[in-house]
Amino acid sequence: MNDSDATVKLVVDGHEIQAKPGEMIIAAAEKAGVLIPRFCYHPRLEPVGVCRMCLVEVKGPRGFSLQPACYLPVAEGMEVVTNSDKAKKAQDGVLEYLLANHPLDCPVCDKGGECPLQDQTFVYGPGESRFVEEKRHYPKPIPISKLVYLDRERCIQCDRCTRFADDVAGEALINFIGRGGSIQVNTFPDKPFSSYFSGNTVQICPVGALTATPYRFKARPWDLEQVESTCVGCSVGCQIVVQSSENELVRYLGLDSEAVNHSWLCDKGRFGFESVNSSDRLGTPTIRNGTAAKEASWTEAMAKLAEPLNRARKRPESIAIIGGAHLANEDLYVWSKLAKSIFGTDSVDAQLGDGLDPRLLTRTNRATIADAVGAEVLVLLSGDIREELPVLFLRLREAAISSGLKIVELTHAATSLTPNAAASIVVSPGQVEATVRSLVEQSGQEPSDPSIAVAKAIIAGADPNRIVVLAGRMNQAGSSLDQERAIATLIDAKPGSKLLSGLRRANVNGAIDMGFVPGHLPGRCALTEGSKELIDAWKQVPTQIGRSTPEILAAAANGEIDVLFLIGADPISDAPDPELSERALAKVGTVVSVETLPNASTRFASIILPAAAFTERMGSTTNVESRISLLGQKLVSFGLSRPEWMIAVEIAAAIGEDLGFESMHDVWRELSVVSPLHRGLSLQALGSPGTREGVLVPVRRSRVSIASNRSLDPVATPGIISVEHSGPPSSSGTGRGSDAYPGIEANASAVESVDSRISGDLLDLLATPNEVAPIGSGDLVPVLRRRLFDGGTMLVRSKNLTELAPAPRVTVGGSTAASMGFAAGSKVTLSNGTSELPDLELVVDRGVADGVVVVDLDGESGLTRRVIQGENLRLTIKLESV
Amino acid sequence: MTLAPFKIVSKRVDDPEAVGLQGYLATGGYQALKRAVLDLTPEAIRDQVMQASLLGRGGAGFEAGRKWSMLKKSDVRYLVINGDESEPATFKDHMLVERDPHQLVEGALIAGYAIGAARIFIFLRGEFALGLERVQAAINEAYEYGAIGRNIFGSDFSIDLVLHPGAGAYICGEETALLESLEGKRGFPRIKPPYFPAVIGLYGQPTIVNNVETVSNLPWIVMNGGGEFSELGVGRSRGTRLFALSGDVIRPGNYELEMVKNTFRDLIFDPEMGGGLAPGRQVKAVIPGGVSAPWLGPDQLDVLLGQDEVAAVGSMLGSGSIIVMDDSTCMVRAAWRIAKFFARESCGQCTPCREGGSWIEKVMRRIETGSGREEDLDLLMDLCDNIVPGVSWPPQQTTICVLGPSIPSSVATAIRMFRDEFLLHIKEGGCPYE
Amino acid sequence: MARFTPDMETRALAVIELYPERRSATIPLCHLAQEQDGYLTREAMEQISELVGITPAEVLGTASFYDMLHTEPVGKYLVGVCTNIACLLKGGEELLEHAEQALGVAPGGTTDDGMFTLEEMECIAHCDKAPAVQVNYRFFGPLGDESFDSLVEELRGGALDAVVPPHGTLSRVHRTSGIAVPLAEIIEARRSGDLLEAERARAKAEAEGAGGNQL
Repeated sequence: MNDSDATVKLVVDGHEIQAKPGEMIIAAAEKAGVLIPRFCYHPRLEPVGVCRMCLVEVKGPRGFSLQPACYLPVAEGMEVVTNSDKAKKAQDGVLEYLLANHPLDCPVCDKGGECPLQDQTFVYGPGESRFVEEKRHYPKPIPISKLVYLDRERCIQCDRCTRFADDVAGEALINFIGRGGSIQVNTFPDKPFSSYFSGNTVQICPVGALTATPYRFKARPWDLEQVESTCVGCSVGCQIVVQSSENELVRYLGLDSEAVNHSWLCDKGRFGFESVNSSDRLGTPTIRNGTAAKEASWTEAMAKLAEPLNRARKRPESIAIIGGAHLANEDLYVWSKLAKSIFGTDSVDAQLGDGLDPRLLTRTNRATIADAVGAEVLVLLSGDIREELPVLFLRLREAAISSGLKIVELTHAATSLTPNAAASIVVSPGQVEATVRSLVEQSGQEPSDPSIAVAKAIIAGADPNRIVVLAGRMNQAGSSLDQERAIATLIDAKPGSKLLSGLRRANVNGAIDMGFVPGHLPGRCALTEGSKELIDAWKQVPTQIGRSTPEILAAAANGEIDVLFLIGADPISDAPDPELSERALAKVGTVVSVETLPNASTRFASIILPAAAFTERMGSTTNVESRISLLGQKLVSFGLSRPEWMIAVEIAAAIGEDLGFESMHDVWRELSVVSPLHRGLSLQALGSPGTREGVLVPVRRSRVSIASNRSLDPVATPGIISVEHSGPPSSSGTGRGSDAYPGIEANASAVESVDSRISGDLLDLLATPNEVAPIGSGDLVPVLRRRLFDGGTMLVRSKNLTELAPAPRVTVGGSTAASMGFAAGSKVTLSNGTSELPDLELVVDRGVADGVVVVDLDGESGLTRRVIQGENLRLTIKLESV
Repeated sequence: MTLAPFKIVSKRVDDPEAVGLQGYLATGGYQALKRAVLDLTPEAIRDQVMQASLLGRGGAGFEAGRKWSMLKKSDVRYLVINGDESEPATFKDHMLVERDPHQLVEGALIAGYAIGAARIFIFLRGEFALGLERVQAAINEAYEYGAIGRNIFGSDFSIDLVLHPGAGAYICGEETALLESLEGKRGFPRIKPPYFPAVIGLYGQPTIVNNVETVSNLPWIVMNGGGEFSELGVGRSRGTRLFALSGDVIRPGNYELEMVKNTFRDLIFDPEMGGGLAPGRQVKAVIPGGVSAPWLGPDQLDVLLGQDEVAAVGSMLGSGSIIVMDDSTCMVRAAWRIAKFFARESCGQCTPCREGGSWIEKVMRRIETGSGREEDLDLLMDLCDNIVPGVSWPPQQTTICVLGPSIPSSVATAIRMFRDEFLLHIKEGGCPYE
Repeated sequence: MARFTPDMETRALAVIELYPERRSATIPLCHLAQEQDGYLTREAMEQISELVGITPAEVLGTASFYDMLHTEPVGKYLVGVCTNIACLLKGGEELLEHAEQALGVAPGGTTDDGMFTLEEMECIAHCDKAPAVQVNYRFFGPLGDESFDSLVEELRGGALDAVVPPHGTLSRVHRTSGIAVPLAEIIEARRSGDLLEAERARAKAEAEGAGGNQL
């Protein structure tokens, strides 16, 4: 306990305990080691006090009375008895009541063995039921979405799933229907529980009422093996438990990380593991000559690669690497060294033209998620966060609703956070920088747009140190320069403000930190800023800034690239211009694909090297807030696949070079010396009990005390009862993640070195603005928008997710639709003058800027990219049918 | 036997003309509101009501003046009139809303003025179709007349009054459930603390919830003074009260009586009131105060009709309804019907009420229909104990609201008072009264 | 017909205006939908959800809590026989049995001609006229077997059309005025009223305090 924190003293079962003011009895008692039984209480949900399982005796003015421990805050001098005969009688009674109508189908219930109702019946419940009447009956499980089944007979009406849906996700698609004994959870007819967060309801269901399609009847809890890990579905870095049975992944569960995910996961992250189990996995190196492909040994594959590579090395700029955002930090460091030190090329890009200028991330004061939710003002210059970084959306939404975070949003179309935003400014593409300028510039004139006036006042009134800018991509179409200049303008105007990365690919933030982007070296250094230790270890670094992904592809199409590595990258589906990508890949002499799964681009590879998937290898990843956390290994790697760092070592060896790594410990030994950002870290330190939530880099504070372990609330997260988990340090008291770790020393000179690169004139680093082409009548400016279920590789190979990807739609604003005479629901064709995309559903959304058409980005099919590419593109819409 | 009828709230109920504005005005209507907004300060009215010792007429019997004084100071506060009368055998508000709707409107406006409400809502039971029409017509007339709206009767006081129809759920008579319902949600009662309406009420704002009969007293109190009101009655129970008499009596009906001046026996047997039982019939049991109350036996008929007086014998005056059951009544069937009512009307939030209520109902049905077992009586008492520890009165609670603790009242008192009758059902495998 | 007709939508919007928060209009709008369609259709619930700003599941969750809101079609006349305690004592159960035979349906059922739906009701606060019956929430009682039969005949023959509108029409008296004073204005007035009151209380306390000193 931090002495400065106010505490109250109370007596629980005869022992004096301390608690925070406002804390509920149930939580205070739990911290003191007294577990009060419960069902409806969940530490991450607002209490409702309905199951009555946590009744305890509390002394009031008129003596002891039974009170719900989940709904009564502690008070100074309070006396609580949890184990008196009266309290136990009440608890027994509640359990007997709950069991009265509960079916006895535990042997066929997924929850059997990890069921809070089963477990608490053993501990607190009556021996046998006196209920001899007919039980309540409902048709057995009904699907309430493609991912979730509901068995209403098992439901105990605890209100957890419904509270989650309404309060946390903001999607009240399931609700209590009926009254009294016939009350049931259900959806509106034909309006399924299609929420990105539906899996959380399954996780927190304290009985087997909600089950997940991918896990139903897959395994029994006692057969599961498990390891803690980090989800890599996006870059939020949700902490998870990976569970497997017989070397097959069966389930991910969210761990309660105070700093990151509060136990929640999105459905893409939770169920995307199915892609690891996919029957399409690449398990053997493959060599292709012309159209003939043959499986090969690693030795053969390396021999095949060595020859063209040796040839290309003479002209380092003819070697390029695209991808890497899906790699672990260790892989990225090794590949970075391979490319920049051994090959000598800086044409390495983990972003696929869909991100931001990396200097916005390496030259700014970076914010944590805690900074963002605790900020006074959060300025969103990003896509729809619910679509791109789903669990971050939950955190921001909660902060906006319950802790006073003011969100100022600049967007081309209404987003999921618009309802919670203090100001939502709808801007047209190309107008972002100008709009930000009008927000921060001193001028006596009242802005004509009321949302700008509100936003301007909010920003002007805020402490600049408590302004956070969430920087992602508002629009996947066209150049990002206008938006990058907007970000820079805002940050330059508000010294002390911080930037939270909104780059969404799994470990793209780690890739930037490892220098796996043009112009950078590990540790957020420019090519000219490498530490002495780095130069010692690497011997040489490129002097010329290399090409970005679009530039690599353009150069390749021109015949300037001889060897192109695609590391977990599919430029045909994923880079801005699929046709350019196809031309480029066809032209390159040797395309090397390092992949877990085949994709559109692997067809062009002359050498395919199978990579181990997440959960098949150890490592670490870096999230949006620069938090490094571990990736757990649970499976034996598929076939002959290998971790990517090992593949890099093999490639170096094949051309007679030694990278100097035999293990990931070796990697960290070097990394922690050469990179000021990672100074002092090691794989052991990352795995220590005090760093279970990961480590924020650079490590800014040293501390000796070890964060207290707490056992996970077994009723909050059934399924991971036995995992001892390091929760939020009880001393922090602020509800924020800690940034000091046991056993890891902050290094002042390293921190100084990282901070010294923060630019006060970010805008000067960027190019001058593009000319905005005039907009002709009937022309629409495209906005290409990401959706969570995007039809990408992970989704397509996860059999329960693949159907969830919606068909791409086009969305226009009300006045645009009116002026064109289009009605919502019409079928339209989108045209860019040369190519067309037919059969799209038209959506009308008042939140879309005039003269703008918003198109959903699709994944593997890449159809929308074929119509929307290049700068200053203008589109037209043709009506097919109403 | 000294009868003490004294008409305050029911003085117009037999005058069909008084339903309309002209008839109401002709009988002194809206004089009190005029006096209130033109001559009296809000605090002066609150003082009068405090002086009157006007106990809430909805069932809980909390003093209205004290309730008002607990209203948290806030820029926005609301007044909600509880007209969701659903307590079985209670039909006094039903009469007031149909037969003297302007009195209700005037009373509500006086209360709204006294507490500084920003808006008044009258939550009327949905099943009162005629009442909804009559009260809405009264509101329409009152707007026209200048009694509602901007600058009422030329004063500085402005307020709007909205009639809100319920949709059929007993639990909405519970004030926090009523507020949830008024907010457009299921009628799930809120947990107290912290959700005392006077602190966190409608839309989270401090709110006073008063019963129809309670505010119908206000015009009289304003005209005659709180002191005059408290001259009537004894102890904490002052003024008059509508007693809704039903069941096995010759003349069921609403009778307004001065508080604490008459006994149950007076009410049941006086020829001007209950008129006694059918020839040859004896009182077997009486349910005072609605079906949430424990029953009284024939030996308790001389208890005075006052709040504390009924509480002293282990029951409650509650909503002021009195159900008389004569010796032809099957006590198992009566208690089962009440158990069935609670099982149907449980909101479903709390486990003991949702599951316990329907379990108890099922066991009661088995006994009444011939499948009872001897152990069922102990089982029933234990199931009651799991809802109300100790099966005591006033009940201890394991649930959020008092619907839960109301379940055992009838079942437990029936078993305690008429155990032999239960055993007879079990022995004979059915109901001996059929 | 399931979404509101233009006239009904106008009424719906007027109802919404009466409340500081739109969601409060949910139940009144459900009644309105029943007035239009006889019961609460799925389309109506969807439209109500749009009008009051909640999800259709929330409208259903609310509506299904209440006995008077029917999400399945009911007859033109909803005949509710009370069997709660006061009516039980006066033959309510026997009357219900008779009603079942007379109408040929069990409680919850609707006659084939769509005229009558029978319900067993909880106490309808008409206990002095027990056993009591409601038809579309209009009161009748006390009823015996014969008077029940003639009530059914009169309903069927239209003799009671003036008294009993078809199911769904709850109140035939509509509010004639909107909100006369905006809430914001009232709040302002109350604020200054409270200040005045505090001032009076202070003056009174001072006067009493001064009096106390003299004693």
